[in-house]
Amino acid sequence: MPQASERPIEGASALAPDRRGTVGRRLVDLPWWLFAIIVLILWVGFIILTRPNYTEAFERVSGTYRGLAGMLSAGILVTIGISLASYLIAIVLGLITGLARMSQSLLLQNAARTYIELIRGIPMLVLIFFIALVGVPAVVDLIDSTGEWLISLGLTEIGGALTRVENDSIPMVVRAIIALATTYGAFLAEIFRAGIQSIGKGQMEAARSLGMTYPQAMRYVILPQAVRNILPALGNDFVSMVKDSSLVALLAVRDMTQMTKLYTGQSFRFREGYIVLSILYLALTVTLSLGVQAVERRLRRHE
Amino acid sequence: MSSQPIIVVRDLHKHFGKVEALNGIDLEVERGKVVVIIGPSGSGKSTLLRCVNHLETPTSGEVWIDGVQLTSHSAHLNEIRAEIGMVFQLFNLFPHLTVLENVTLAQQVVRKRSRDEAEQIAMQKLVRVGIPEKAGVYPGQLSGGQQQRVAIARGLAMNPKIMLFDEPTSALDPEMIKEVLDVMLDLAKEGMTMLVVSHEMGFARAAADEVLFMDGGLVVEHTTPHDLFNNPREDRTKLFLSQILKH
Repeated sequence: MPQASERPIEGASALAPDRRGTVGRRLVDLPWWLFAIIVLILWVGFIILTRPNYTEAFERVSGTYRGLAGMLSAGILVTIGISLASYLIAIVLGLITGLARMSQSLLLQNAARTYIELIRGIPMLVLIFFIALVGVPAVVDLIDSTGEWLISLGLTEIGGALTRVENDSIPMVVRAIIALATTYGAFLAEIFRAGIQSIGKGQMEAARSLGMTYPQAMRYVILPQAVRNILPALGNDFVSMVKDSSLVALLAVRDMTQMTKLYTGQSFRFREGYIVLSILYLALTVTLSLGVQAVERRLRRHE
Repeated sequence: MSSQPIIVVRDLHKHFGKVEALNGIDLEVERGKVVVIIGPSGSGKSTLLRCVNHLETPTSGEVWIDGVQLTSHSAHLNEIRAEIGMVFQLFNLFPHLTVLENVTLAQQVVRKRSRDEAEQIAMQKLVRVGIPEKAGVYPGQLSGGQQQRVAIARGLAMNPKIMLFDEPTSALDPEMIKEVLDVMLDLAKEGMTMLVVSHEMGFARAAADEVLFMDGGLVVEHTTPHDLFNNPREDRTKLFLSQILKH
């Protein structure tokens, strides 16, 4: 009897581990972390909808209590706007610096390297204070004295326009964007450099052998390939930018973080304020990260 | 047709740090001739070829193309390069562009041809190398032999006066070598000036007007393929030929 019953069991056990294996692997492959975070966000969302304290905290932090027009100057749209504007400038700055870093000219090379190392060697918080409160005024002074010099040369129109640039006329939002862009420009420069260097030497040689100039070869041959390679890294840096944009609250720019500071300072509802703020950042960054991953997957499929 | 050689190389030296890749090369190539360069690895064959269009800047010496001297700072360097097609060992097609775009890009950017004109010329050249049906695909979807033929078409589309081939078949699987050599043979028959670094002795015999044997950064022997293969003068040439013809 045992022999007769053993056979089918053996056969089944030969199959079963396999099947359990694939089901098991499927379960392991599921993004449980993502479910956990989504559940967390939904749960806090539910609390925001049902508890008046949290509803109020959400409206104040995100700026929705001020209506859509008001949100443009305070709250979540300021966070998104500053991040986008800073990032676009940082990309231009990073590309220029990255190219300068690889240039034949020793001057350009060293200028780029100096900028990158300066930024890397100073904490971002300090940099933001420094650029917004020392750097921008210094540049304004420089513009003013250039204007006076131009007036003394007889170019009164341009000179006059330049001397009228004043520190007060540059709002903190603009300074915050300049500070974030300057900081991230240095990070992105290194990403661009790595991306360009990842393209084989033969590509540049082939382009040059066809008579293209260096800029033409960069534009039509090297950069399109390099950018495709670094797109995930650029995306990840944008996610970091969204988080680091919270530092501009220290310049009294009314982003989500500053709105939370203001709200909790008045109401002493620290728990509500900072739970809502954290969830808002989390929702933003998780969404963006998923977007980056989707782009990455599409690029990989293309190859 | 002027009678001066289209390529003139005088006392060319190239050092990479302490390594002396070229030790004084003199070479003249007449218009319409096919010159095959052979020699052991490290003999400077590829370096010589790359100095002809200044992909490598020579340490000293002169390169003249069609009566114009190349200098590294020459504003004409890009114009001269456009007249010299180059085919690389590893093809170096642009992987982000389709085959057609590979062949039209430099025409539009360098020759300033309109898109229509560039595409028309590109298709002619693709027909010539035998793969017009692949115009719409990306290089990654082609075999090595097909990629190399596209690379040849890319060079030809610029209407060059000279074509340089840097070991064009060395990276190919054996069954694909012939399709590339056939294209090169046709080109040679049509009178293209060609400077070819290759180990394909069959091609050298069939197509070359002259063969150059290089060793140690010097031209050891420069003669007709018949003489070089049948009665080499120098011992080094004999040794090299015996090594490669053994199997």
